[in-house]
Amino acid sequence: MSVQDHHALLTTHAGKAPLSLTAMDWRLLNTFQKNFPLVAEPYAEMGRQLGISEQEVLQRLSSLQESGVVSRVGAVLRTGQIGVSTLAAVEVAPAELERVAAVVNSFAEVNHNYEREHALNLWFVVTACSEERLMSILAEIERQSGSPVYMMPMEENFHIDLGFPIDQQQDWI
Amino acid sequence: MDMQAVDARELSLLAVIQGGFPLTPRPFLEIGNQIGLSEAQVIATLADLSQRGVIKRMGLIVRHRELGFKANAMVVWDLPDDLVSVMGKRVGELEFVTLCYRRRRSLPRWSYNLYCMIHGRERSQVLDHLAALEACCGLEEFPKQVLFSHRRFKQHGAHYFTQHVSAPHLLSVPPVSLQ
Repeated sequence: MSVQDHHALLTTHAGKAPLSLTAMDWRLLNTFQKNFPLVAEPYAEMGRQLGISEQEVLQRLSSLQESGVVSRVGAVLRTGQIGVSTLAAVEVAPAELERVAAVVNSFAEVNHNYEREHALNLWFVVTACSEERLMSILAEIERQSGSPVYMMPMEENFHIDLGFPIDQQQDWI
Repeated sequence: MDMQAVDARELSLLAVIQGGFPLTPRPFLEIGNQIGLSEAQVIATLADLSQRGVIKRMGLIVRHRELGFKANAMVVWDLPDDLVSVMGKRVGELEFVTLCYRRRRSLPRWSYNLYCMIHGRERSQVLDHLAALEACCGLEEFPKQVLFSHRRFKQHGAHYFTQHVSAPHLLSVPPVSLQ
């Protein structure tokens, strides 16, 4: 795949302007999905490792965040350690999908919400501060969608999250 | 996995960073100022939470679609209970698998108990990965469903705390699970 093709694939969340990531952006993405430096000046330390200034690190991170490639620079918590969480699904008529998706999105506790190709077509993850709050959110979604909400809480995690392997993309640069 | 109790100070720190670290030269100083901790305390607490496994990783959290990985399938299998753990461990080790969980069945409609997520640039790449996965893990014979994602309505980090809570005594949330 050529660099041009690759860039053509990259569109923002809103599907607007194509992104163009530089070689240094890829290095940031490949190097710092984990091992964020736990030091007083972490961005300066990242810059030292990459051979660029702190200011450049900060600028690149801001622009990666603005374009939507990076949702945030922060911590990923292990599911089940804090709060109560479940995957849930509801079957929604196509004409109702946007309305029900908006209902689901209206809860701050919902962090993923996808339409999937199946009769059970709306899938989301809810993480709440208590089981009571979680159940009340699901009950409210059930009430407003008029369909049963199925819940599938996690029982065992088999994947050690080390970030997404995108080293393979270095050859596109 | 053992539940590790998270104390009030740790919870207030996790609440402040749930939207991400500030993109400023001294992010931990800034975070500490919001909750009455020193920069060194913030760093030490984050290191401790990582070491205990409460924090899985820290760094850039990417969105796959924006990186050109537009195809994403959730694949679910219905496995006998005594096979899930051994199969899950095999599946979770594969490089192209980004999540792999055992989940509680939602009977009677939904009998699936092993879930994984596969991302690819195109649908065909995801299906190639899936074929390889089934062959190498011995999963061909079991009932499954492949659910490609269509529209994304929301994707961000979990917001565990709906309001910004500055008073640690309000954060008496015990770690609980639905198992």
